[in-house]
Amino acid sequence: MKPESKAAILDPLINENPITFQILGLCSALAVTTSMMPALLMSLAVTAVLAFGSAVISAIRNYIPDNVRIVVQMTIIASLVIVVDQVLKAYAFETSKQLSVFVGLIVTNCIVLGRVETFAMKNKVVPSFLDGLGNGLGYSLALMSIAAIRELLGAGSLFGFTILPTVSEGGWYYPNGMMILPPGVYFIIGLMIWAIRTWRVEQVEQPEFRIRHVHRTQVSS
Amino acid sequence: MSESPNNAGWISRLLAAPKNSLAKTLLVPLIVSLLSAVLVAGAAISLRPQYQLNQEHNRQQNILAAADLLESGKSTEVLFGQVEARVVDLSTGDYATDIDLAMLESAQRSRDPSMRVSVPKELDAAVIKERSRYAVVYLLYETDRLKLIILPVYGYGLWSTMYGYVALEADANTIVGLRFYQHGETPGLGGEIDNPKWQKLWRGKKIYGTSAEPLIEVAKGIVARANDGSDAYQVDGITGATLTGHGVTNLLRYWLGAHGFGPFLQKLRANDETIQ
Repeated sequence: MKPESKAAILDPLINENPITFQILGLCSALAVTTSMMPALLMSLAVTAVLAFGSAVISAIRNYIPDNVRIVVQMTIIASLVIVVDQVLKAYAFETSKQLSVFVGLIVTNCIVLGRVETFAMKNKVVPSFLDGLGNGLGYSLALMSIAAIRELLGAGSLFGFTILPTVSEGGWYYPNGMMILPPGVYFIIGLMIWAIRTWRVEQVEQPEFRIRHVHRTQVSS
Repeated sequence: MSESPNNAGWISRLLAAPKNSLAKTLLVPLIVSLLSAVLVAGAAISLRPQYQLNQEHNRQQNILAAADLLESGKSTEVLFGQVEARVVDLSTGDYATDIDLAMLESAQRSRDPSMRVSVPKELDAAVIKERSRYAVVYLLYETDRLKLIILPVYGYGLWSTMYGYVALEADANTIVGLRFYQHGETPGLGGEIDNPKWQKLWRGKKIYGTSAEPLIEVAKGIVARANDGSDAYQVDGITGATLTGHGVTNLLRYWLGAHGFGPFLQKLRANDETIQ
């Protein structure tokens, strides 16, 4: 594999992860990560839409007029999302019911339009496909990590299999209810970003400006 | 024969046009939309049979769940086999002998007007405007004695028509469970009608007082303990889902009332052996 292709797939996993570095797509990360099964399905759906959406848009990028490019991009992305939604309803009915509106909301997921606008519109088909795939996998990695923590601490299970038997089922583990509630996600994402930026110091952003301290005497003079 | 090179000429001229020309600005979105429409329609049609199968399975599961008949380790098909489906003529409350299940289903699919009645406005609590003349009820017998009655109900919530089943004990007055298998209420608010904790609250609630009018309702907030026993007819409301709750009250009042299953349930309650 060429080094660029390798980078296109591997960089978004940690170095440029959509959730922890680009800080995109947080709403769906919040909504679908209470347990691992819906998170897995959502990851697959977003990865498919990202990879194929990027490839298709990259293939016709030279024919898309600038004024209507968002219209064209959204038409393609929305169609792919509808197809993915229908496939899920046909072959993963129970989990797709849990995902409810969030599959449809992939259309408005900032990662998808973000990658299409910044990458697929300027690059060839294969690199665009790999970029979409890589970002999808990065999103998946973040989503699955969050879901694993939330389901394990919040319900004592992983993929529905009991790991820590909870008190309500006669075990010893008191589940942490906050993990199931939306605020839990922000604590987890915050801690993840902290950990990653401690490990990869280059991800820490320089402040855009500093407030200058002015001495009162300087002002009055 | 002269048409195809002509066509090709038209396409290649469009492709060669400057990217931001008027023709491209108008035609590129149009062509992309058409191709996308074909893709979406193709996927919808090819996946529909599988989706309908899932929906039917889901409906059966909800019937069983409403009646608290689900058992782990047993398939829905086997469990569903124990309930008996009967067609009821809603106006008289008798079993319709001249209409079988398949006939009713095909009539409902084609919306055959002769099989439908319009609902008078003043009675239309569930906002459904019209309904089928007949309905399919599911009955569970235990050693030849009626044990459970499962009735289909539907009506308008906040955003959507909610379709569900309500299961009653053989006295035709005590609720066993209520499930909705299809609705489009807001997830997290009205969508909480799917929450098992809320569903559990229905168990044991009474429908009728002394009159034939159903009293069952979703209360606003938590049901207060009442000395007159009126709390037996009330279920706690869901926070943030007042209007969906009204919808649930209305659809139950309609379907359990005189224009819905009222006559049928009255005959069952009277233990009327003349029910045909």
